[in-house]
Amino acid sequence: MRWAVVAALAVLLALPAVLSSYAITIFILIFFYGFLGQAWNIVGGYAGQLSLGHAAFVGVGGYTAAMLSIEKGLTPWAGMFVGALLAALLGAIIGYLGFRFGLRGFYFVLLTVAFAEVCRIAVSNIDAVGGPLGLYITFTGDPRQFQFQDGRPYYYIALALMLAATATAWAIERRRFGVYLAAIREDEAAAEALGVNAFKYKMLAMVVSSFLTGLGGTFYAFYLFSLQPNTLFGIPLSVEIIIRPIVGGAGTLLGPILGSFILTPLGELSRLYLGQGGLPGAHLIAYGVLLVAVVLFLPEGAYPRLRRLLARRGGR
Amino acid sequence: MDLTLVLQGIVSGVLFGGVYSLMAVGLTLIFGVMRVVNFAHGDMMVWGMYLAYLLATGAGVDPYLGFIVCAAVLFALGLLVQRALVDRIIDAPHEMQILLMLGVALVLENVALVAFGPEPTRVRSPLAAATVWLGPVFVDVARLVTFVVAVALTTALWGFLYRTDLGRTIRAAADNTYGALVIGADVRRVYAVAFGVGAACVGAAGALVSSILPFQPPTGLSLSVTSFNIVIIGGMGSLLGAFVGGLLVSLAESLGAVFLKPSLKELFSFSLLIVILLFRPVGLFGKRPS
Repeated sequence: MRWAVVAALAVLLALPAVLSSYAITIFILIFFYGFLGQAWNIVGGYAGQLSLGHAAFVGVGGYTAAMLSIEKGLTPWAGMFVGALLAALLGAIIGYLGFRFGLRGFYFVLLTVAFAEVCRIAVSNIDAVGGPLGLYITFTGDPRQFQFQDGRPYYYIALALMLAATATAWAIERRRFGVYLAAIREDEAAAEALGVNAFKYKMLAMVVSSFLTGLGGTFYAFYLFSLQPNTLFGIPLSVEIIIRPIVGGAGTLLGPILGSFILTPLGELSRLYLGQGGLPGAHLIAYGVLLVAVVLFLPEGAYPRLRRLLARRGGR
Repeated sequence: MDLTLVLQGIVSGVLFGGVYSLMAVGLTLIFGVMRVVNFAHGDMMVWGMYLAYLLATGAGVDPYLGFIVCAAVLFALGLLVQRALVDRIIDAPHEMQILLMLGVALVLENVALVAFGPEPTRVRSPLAAATVWLGPVFVDVARLVTFVVAVALTTALWGFLYRTDLGRTIRAAADNTYGALVIGADVRRVYAVAFGVGAACVGAAGALVSSILPFQPPTGLSLSVTSFNIVIIGGMGSLLGAFVGGLLVSLAESLGAVFLKPSLKELFSFSLLIVILLFRPVGLFGKRPS
């Protein structure tokens, strides 16, 4: 297993040398959505708190870094941490309200959706941050401003983000914290009866998850050079965030990454081949069918199944 | 602030609220009976709108008659979704049910996008152009008819649930599934019918607003979120709560558009939702969970 990881990393580090710029773009998206999925996985997978409002953290992170850069000239390399801290603060508020008042299941889902929508509507109505039209970042190509002439630096940054989130998830999984989260996910009342402070650990998971997701906002903003409230705070982005870990296997370390390797190229290819032909919703139909199929036939996700298959073959 | 404008906002809000009520009654019925949240609710409603559009452009049927057909088609769709999909995960964790319905929502929304395109559409009806003056405020005839039909349908649904055997069985299953099984109710059939009726509500609601509200495929998502809003505020599973909640949310949005600005109108209902979620998650008319 360890050698497989090292080999995979070596391949990923070397790949940009041989890839076309279009292929690099696809990989950037795979890593970026893998990163967002992994960040979500900490609270949505390990802790089992289904948040459908994670786009709000991307939005807060991205808008903060972009505003600091445009108005104050602060480099996004620093701004991204300010944005992430604000996202973590928002995560703490949502988490505090949701967990303190014991909201579960659908009620928690709706609380997260409601907060993200309030943010979206508020940002759309604040002219100082661009209102409904959003913000545009002037391209300078200056690396100090988180801008690069070609895709390769973005490739390595996105890869680093994904690895950092995965290392965080791994560290959580191996520690007592991870065991507590699993206990809370499986049976919160039983976990509390055994003395696990469910509120504290759910809060921690939410804060870590929203901080990481907030970091992603800066990448999003300075990779695409534009921020619109409807795309950065909207429910569709939240769906993009949760669908990869769920297909790959929520609450598993490699599930979000596997999910992103399956879904991102699928989404991009169907956008490329069907989107141009006047079928802009085609990849989302595929997502929907896949979501239904996963729930019905593979509720634990692809990664646990794959692992069992490999183990069985190895055992023979 | 001009008083007439406020009065106008109240009248428009209440009249449009009839549709919100009908929509929310459908959602709360499905939830009350099988504890499943229909994340595709708004998208089903948009399909009701597009069906009304097809009927109007293809066969010249006015949406105020076509809503019957739309309700029937959506009843069949709801029945199908329940039998083919929801029935298989009726005992699964809530998260799985939410994800399944989210998948159904994505499929419905984007099939509509592929079939009808992204441009906003509106169904033409002679009623939509007519207005009557009621003292200082004018009343949109289309909104008035919509309100009357929506309230009549909600009342009919109430009659069905409280006065017919099948309706009583549905309420029995909602109250206590195990008890209903014990006394020999066909709970699977009840589930399918309830889902169908819930979908028929939005089918009719969609057709009724198709000449008032311009719609496009993504409208479904915001309608879903609005329906969730209403049923949480009114109390999940409570029919009366959904009805009153629909009027309240519509009134809040309408007055929000008057006092603030139209793009801020949803802020009111979301803030109301957050307050309700935190301080009275069972909603205004909900029962404490046992």
